[in-house]
Amino acid sequence: MTRETLLDIRGISKSYPGVKANEDVSFSIGVGEVHALLGENGAGKSTLVKMIYGLVKPDEGTMQLRGGAYAPAEPSEARNLGVAMVFQHFSLFEALNVAENVALGMENPPPMRELAARIRAVSEEYGLPLDPSRMVGDLSAGERQRVEIIRCLLQDPKLLIMDEPTSVLTPQEVEILFRTLRQLSAEGTAILYISHKLEEIRALCDGATILRRGKVVGTCVPRETTAREMAELMVGATLTPPERRATAKGEIVLGVTDLSAASPIPFGTSLKNIGFTVARGEVLGIAGVAGNGQDELLLALSGELRTGADRIRINGHAAGDLGPSERRKAGLVAAPEDRYGHAAAPDMSLVENALLTGAIRRKLTRNGFIDWAATRSFADEIIETYDVRTPGNHVAARALSGGNLQKFLIGRELDQSPQVIVINQPTWGVDAAAAAAIRQAILNRAAEGAGVVVISQDLDELLEIADMFAVLNEGRLTKPRTVEGLTIDEIGLMMGGAHGMEVAHHAEA
Amino acid sequence: MDIGGINPVILVASLMVAAVPIMLAALGELVVEKSGVLNLGVEGMMIVGAICGFMAAVGTGSPVLGFLAGAVGGAALSLIFAFLTQVVLANQVATGLALTMFGLGLSSLMGQGYNGIKPPLTGKVPFGPLSDIPVVGPILFNHDWMVYASIALVAAVWWVLRSTRLGLIVRAVGESHDAAHALGYKVNRIRLACIAFGGAMAGLGGAYVSLVRVPQWVDGITAGAGWIALAIVVFASWRPWRVLIGAYLFGGITVLQLNLQAAGSAIPVEYLSMSPYLVTIIVLVIMSSGKGRASLNAPAALGQNFHAAR
Repeated sequence: MTRETLLDIRGISKSYPGVKANEDVSFSIGVGEVHALLGENGAGKSTLVKMIYGLVKPDEGTMQLRGGAYAPAEPSEARNLGVAMVFQHFSLFEALNVAENVALGMENPPPMRELAARIRAVSEEYGLPLDPSRMVGDLSAGERQRVEIIRCLLQDPKLLIMDEPTSVLTPQEVEILFRTLRQLSAEGTAILYISHKLEEIRALCDGATILRRGKVVGTCVPRETTAREMAELMVGATLTPPERRATAKGEIVLGVTDLSAASPIPFGTSLKNIGFTVARGEVLGIAGVAGNGQDELLLALSGELRTGADRIRINGHAAGDLGPSERRKAGLVAAPEDRYGHAAAPDMSLVENALLTGAIRRKLTRNGFIDWAATRSFADEIIETYDVRTPGNHVAARALSGGNLQKFLIGRELDQSPQVIVINQPTWGVDAAAAAAIRQAILNRAAEGAGVVVISQDLDELLEIADMFAVLNEGRLTKPRTVEGLTIDEIGLMMGGAHGMEVAHHAEA
Repeated sequence: MDIGGINPVILVASLMVAAVPIMLAALGELVVEKSGVLNLGVEGMMIVGAICGFMAAVGTGSPVLGFLAGAVGGAALSLIFAFLTQVVLANQVATGLALTMFGLGLSSLMGQGYNGIKPPLTGKVPFGPLSDIPVVGPILFNHDWMVYASIALVAAVWWVLRSTRLGLIVRAVGESHDAAHALGYKVNRIRLACIAFGGAMAGLGGAYVSLVRVPQWVDGITAGAGWIALAIVVFASWRPWRVLIGAYLFGGITVLQLNLQAAGSAIPVEYLSMSPYLVTIIVLVIMSSGKGRASLNAPAALGQNFHAAR
């Protein structure tokens, strides 16, 4: 079936100092087509869509929308021409309500009362129930995404850009989103769908353009291509899954009983009666949609958030009231999600960052003085072992790419001969090759006898490396169960299903 | 009907006058902070407004032009802050403190030769017989027009922030500059405008000190009113009508301590003069401690500079 062309992109290039984000990129999208833009992190997908949305100006190349020249100077111009975008990191304001958030993304919003009525009408039409007067800070990730989508739909877009929309959704919520997108596509709205999740693209998209290092490396019809073929185009190499050695489980190294704590984060989620144990050589995977208590759980385990002494036991010793340094001494290392600012001091060198958490277990200080020689060799050891690509150990942490810095930070924790390892989002924003290396390193440590807790929103990752599996949902942890025999449907239900969203589509059908 | 040598009607009437400078300055700072900028230079902008207003009023003989010049002077000084923090992305706290010191010095320099001069009188609003009503008359209907203007400005700021698109955009920018930028709003430009508005309001408040409250020019005339204004913004948890209450409360303490001194109270004068500042410190400590911040309704991006990365 041939479609009328909606957006045609010819020879787009964009460079930043030191990086070519896009080079001679061309593709086109038909009216009502669902077109996938596929590529790894850093392949240039985001830069490309920012140019289509008018946030960034291309250095070279032309775009045409419905046959006319298209060069939006700013997002409002793009919106006026019928191009709307749902962002990967939500562009929402937590302290404002839904209607105000929607109004901010519109060119000429109607008065609030009328807008609230229209939000209700559109949200029901597309099976995305939403109360316009609720504060966005109180909404779940899935509901927040609905706010973004409805904001776009109210402007009657001809092209809807979606940047990694499913990374924060439960499987059931993904199903509902796809139904909405198919409905839109049937009504003639083209969708540019950015993702690196291949099965989703195969299920949803009519065409795909694959980017690698800023260049188009292939196009395909996803329904007629296997996920493996697409993955190899995307990565440019064949991937080997991490190998697992079966290890006998030892005694329990980390025990958490009835842990409850109020969240120190504004609009955060409090932890409620969390309990689990991790044995030597065991990997516990904790899944859950973002904002269900993952950050708080990491804080409580690392010691930044203190609780009753006997709530957390490391190697059988009460540790709930210990701070991070004392817990490190007891054998627990932790790696938080936020690399720039929480896990690392961005403006300090790699050597200094290595010292910050390594000082205690690697004994890098003597009588209050820093042993720089030992610290430097510790940093070099991490760089060497974990293949961190950097000009040297003197470089500021900020200067490393996300994947490289993550390899360094994970390596820093793993190389302290820990007994318990707690990691939040080990491979978030990391390219496939580096992610595989990080997963392998975690498994190796477990094989050597460490107990590991991995908190992640990437289900595939957890199913790949974890022995036991549990889900955080609104601050509560489900009972951990073995990964073997677990199906995606079961996981979805553990994640809280679709948060009451099924109802609307049933009513419609 | 005096209580301890103090007439309550005169006390209330004079606290309404005493509250005007801090109310105006706090209202301006509220808008600045709502847009996500912390400008600690309120004191400096006030005193520059005070001397600019004084010079213009004495030069032209018109208090209206004086207030106008005060607002322009405060806004001009705030633009230095705006340039440093929004264009070259300097630290807001340090820049704000420097602005205060710069303002104090600059006003002192500008005010050479203006000591001992009387400014033209700012007229009262003629309410006719209304002002003769006992109790209510002197409290409500016997003030100069700036008192009423300041209350009208509170209402205006409240309405703009709550019900207009402009107010929504200002709040959005202060809440999450990244999200606002992603939607295509010019974060730094909006903040620049808010800073200038805050400067103008502080200047207006300063001019009221030198033209009505005191009324003459002396060095350091604002005497810490800018700091009290900053405290009121936090005290009011960034809500305009609470700024009005806070200003009356703090203005009340100032007036009360003056009255107590005049009435020959047994408490030493020094303690009384300390009290408004002491209360300021206590309020700031209580309200900014730990977890209270979010429930206080503080703008989430307060004090953070924005730079559009790529």
